[in-house]
Amino acid sequence: MQASIGGRPVVSPVLTASGCSSFGQELDPFFDLASIGAVVTKSVQLRPRSGRATPRMAETPSGMINSIGLQGPGIEGLLADELPWLAARGAQAFVSIAGSRTEDFAELAERLRGAPGVLGLEVNISCPNVESRGEVFACNPDASAEVLAAVRAAADPAHPVYAKLTPDVTDIVSVARACADAGANGLSMINTLLGLVIDTDTMRPVLGGVTGGLSGPAVRPVALRCVWQVHQALPNVPILGMGGIRTGLDALQFVLAGAGAVSVGTAVFNDPSAPARIHAELAEALGERGFGRLADAIGYAHRAPEESSGRHGR
Amino acid sequence: MREKLGQPAPPPEHDPVQGLAVVVGSRPVSAYTELTLEAPDIADVAQPGQFVAFAVGGPTSAMLLRRSIAIAGVGDGRFSVVVSARAAGSTWLAGLRPGDEVDVVGPLGRPFPLPAPGTPALLVGGGYGAAALVGLGGLLRSRGHEVAAVVGAGDEARLCSVDELTEVAAPFVVTTDDGSVGRQGRVTGPVAELVSGAGVVYACGPMPMLEAVAGLATDRGVPSWVAVEESMACGIGVCMTCVLPVVGADGRSRFARSCVEGPVFAGDRVRFRDVGTLPPDVVGADAMGVAHTPAIEGETP
Repeated sequence: MQASIGGRPVVSPVLTASGCSSFGQELDPFFDLASIGAVVTKSVQLRPRSGRATPRMAETPSGMINSIGLQGPGIEGLLADELPWLAARGAQAFVSIAGSRTEDFAELAERLRGAPGVLGLEVNISCPNVESRGEVFACNPDASAEVLAAVRAAADPAHPVYAKLTPDVTDIVSVARACADAGANGLSMINTLLGLVIDTDTMRPVLGGVTGGLSGPAVRPVALRCVWQVHQALPNVPILGMGGIRTGLDALQFVLAGAGAVSVGTAVFNDPSAPARIHAELAEALGERGFGRLADAIGYAHRAPEESSGRHGR
Repeated sequence: MREKLGQPAPPPEHDPVQGLAVVVGSRPVSAYTELTLEAPDIADVAQPGQFVAFAVGGPTSAMLLRRSIAIAGVGDGRFSVVVSARAAGSTWLAGLRPGDEVDVVGPLGRPFPLPAPGTPALLVGGGYGAAALVGLGGLLRSRGHEVAAVVGAGDEARLCSVDELTEVAAPFVVTTDDGSVGRQGRVTGPVAELVSGAGVVYACGPMPMLEAVAGLATDRGVPSWVAVEESMACGIGVCMTCVLPVVGADGRSRFARSCVEGPVFAGDRVRFRDVGTLPPDVVGADAMGVAHTPAIEGETP
């Protein structure tokens, strides 16, 4: 399936999702990492981060809640170990970057210029597990625009820059528009929703971080709604859709809502070969519906019924 | 101190595989259920100390996270696990019947490193953690090692793998907290008596037991290997939920993933007292603003 990320061609519209596949190496025994669109890395920051204290996760109905806290090796470790391994494997890396200041994001983008095997950058302005939880950039259009403008200016011109948005806002379209106007080449949505689970034995919050990010199929309708709304408002801005995708038909929903590619996240914990399986299932689902090309299906659900008559009609 | 630390357990020799395994046996074992599954590509390469991760509830299950369980035995292309049915996922697993299929990933994790020839070994199991030591005990015996074992639980019903370990271990001591069978009390009493005669200690069970056993071994200068039981969402190293503070080869502590850096760690490398906290000297803690972590705000006064 021909697909593209910010105009750059990829071999599959199915990618991993940031935070759910580490840096890809652990999935290598389960499928060919070069056969998916890209490995979206765990968000990297300037310095190594320990992440939060445990417990870091709790299972929820059709999902989970986590408070990992962006544990990672920092940009030095990414450049020294992870990106060369992925490049040697023939896999593309869509590098997720995170920071607590605009300058952090810009510096990370600068450091990633010319790095081997990098498809582009996903700018994580929406992690619910950073220190200043009340100050997630993606809750504010101006703050989001500032970060995206800085990253676009600092990044390798060949690297598409995607803004990763949070659904925990009143109007996601205004944030999406601000990012696009600031130079974002595309939008990734959605990040996790902020949630809470309480242990009824201890009668305390389960997570060491108290609150955490909700993911999995439980959030899929929210994610689809976000993709729908943003594609409706900004039909020419590429969208990387994610949030609870577990099957090819789940992925198809995102494409029909307006996503040009999708990321598979929490499903990997359940099925480590999910990205390759979902690629095959999506290809089959498109064929069964008469779509010769993925591009013909992107945003299809927005068309008026008379436009969608004939082979594709339902 | 640093040069005395045990080495990290080497990684496994084989990559994990994923597939459907057929249940070929199910039997109650005291308070638990022992399942035997046909899966040659796992059973034929698994080493003692490794585990498998099951998907539970079927392909459309609302329970997404895998259940990681130690391999209790292998042979003839089959492996067995001991399931403690507690919540919905483990109850579903324990309810599998011969002929049922279940998606399983394995073998996972680092196996117990084997000692030099002739080294006497002491195995210590708590609750169903004892099951993880059965394969090791048999392997050590087949290689000519003397094997002693201590197995404990809260009561008789929660003891595990007693029959299997009786066959390979001497002396073999059973303890129960309530004295319903064996010696009354914790495993630490017999372990303190037996550890001086051991050249290496292997333990699997609840974290407080592992801490106590590793401490007894380290105090006597005996190396120990512990298989930790941390909550895992994936079992394969991508989710980062099962971490605990472990002293690395360079003497610095990191949050190590118990699924891929473990579950077997040298007993003197795990910072048991700090499990569940964010120690300020862990690599990368400074980036967390550790002095102000909400985890501390959330502590019970």
